[in-house]
Amino acid sequence: MSTRQIRLTINGREYAGEVEARKLLTDFLRDDLGLTGTHVGCEHGVCGACTISLNGELVRSCLLFAVQVNGAELKTVEGIAPNATELHPLQEKFWELHGLQCGFCTPGILLTAEALLKEIPNPSEQEIREWLSGNLCRCTGYQNIVAAIQEAAKTLNSDT
Amino acid sequence: MKPAQFDYHDPNNLDGALRLMAEFGDQARPLAGGQSLVPLMNFRLIRPAHLIDLNGVSELSYLKEENGMLRIGATTRQRELERSAIVAQGWPLLREAVSFIGHIQIRNRGTVGGSLAHAFPSAELPVAMVTLDASLILRSAANQRRARAEDFFLSFMTTLLEPAELLTGIEVPASPANSGCSYQEVNRRHGDFALAGAAALLALDGAGAICHARLTLTGAKPIRSHEAEEFLLGKKPSEVVFRDAAQRATENLEQDSDIHASAEYRRDACAVLARRALIQAAQRAAEQRKGKKAQ
Repeated sequence: MSTRQIRLTINGREYAGEVEARKLLTDFLRDDLGLTGTHVGCEHGVCGACTISLNGELVRSCLLFAVQVNGAELKTVEGIAPNATELHPLQEKFWELHGLQCGFCTPGILLTAEALLKEIPNPSEQEIREWLSGNLCRCTGYQNIVAAIQEAAKTLNSDT
Repeated sequence: MKPAQFDYHDPNNLDGALRLMAEFGDQARPLAGGQSLVPLMNFRLIRPAHLIDLNGVSELSYLKEENGMLRIGATTRQRELERSAIVAQGWPLLREAVSFIGHIQIRNRGTVGGSLAHAFPSAELPVAMVTLDASLILRSAANQRRARAEDFFLSFMTTLLEPAELLTGIEVPASPANSGCSYQEVNRRHGDFALAGAAALLALDGAGAICHARLTLTGAKPIRSHEAEEFLLGKKPSEVVFRDAAQRATENLEQDSDIHASAEYRRDACAVLARRALIQAAQRAAEQRKGKKAQ
């Protein structure tokens, strides 16, 4: 069994660990580091629940091995809020407008929405739906997710 | 849903990667974006003993135009192709084809060479590369050779690549003057595997007749329709001509049945998509020609 030492930065904090080569990044985040905000849905890249940001790009963490992210900078849903007592405008609007029901898909959707609003600050409904196509939600029918992202975009644009 | 054990290798240059491929041969799999390989490993459909990670081999990641030729490194991300101004300007078929691949999260990681080497039947880039007369560069520790995209794909997930060989780069020639292209696809939901797809590239001469034609359909491997292409040469674009060409391209077309669609459905869908792709390619070629005259 081959194992390796890895070091990486997650949500601005440094972490290290020893991983077996075959350990998926999702399992490293959840089981080794206790960062259970990243959810595991299908484990083959279809559902989007495990979506995280790797060096600024959205990726499926179930399709990466932990050894591959040695030295990388990651962001997970735990790193979205500005501090321990405040919510990110996206989280605020998801709460207010019922952008979630069971909440299983929500971490991946929040990461996707955050990246979307960084790239396109004022997205059209079609653009929102295209970005969301990589994240499955089986409860909401997406209506309130789209509405929450639109409202969060307004908040973010009025802040700056 | 967890991969079997393997030994992980992360060479930092191409020579190192090729040496590892030579050493481990068919016991090894190269890992590029991992968007097809890792699901197969998670399902334990494959259990490679050695994984050779190419993500640290920076010489395999590039995208540039040289003397009218587009050169793409094998591990260049699909998203990079999608965002590239050079590609949008000179090779719009690639941009259009890439937009059908999975989702943004997949394209951020998935690579151009990975999609070609994986050679999945419904994949977009193999069909686009055949349509654009691309050449593929295949390297092993001992040898380097080139293959036309049309010859590279042999069958379902099977290519010319030998166990110790790596696809290292792709060269896409400039399209002819006054040309237009189109990529058409049907799937259950956007981003799903295609049930059927078609790519067309047409160029018009001074009199408005077709002087260059490429038509490629999805199948177990990309299927270039030489018969339809020859039929189109010298003809003026019209709906009737394109319907006839689509008919010729699909009447004996071999397709497979599976849980998602029957072979008959796929053949019919290919005929419709071929016609639509030809019509749109001809419209775009005509716009190119008009634009040039106006200048």
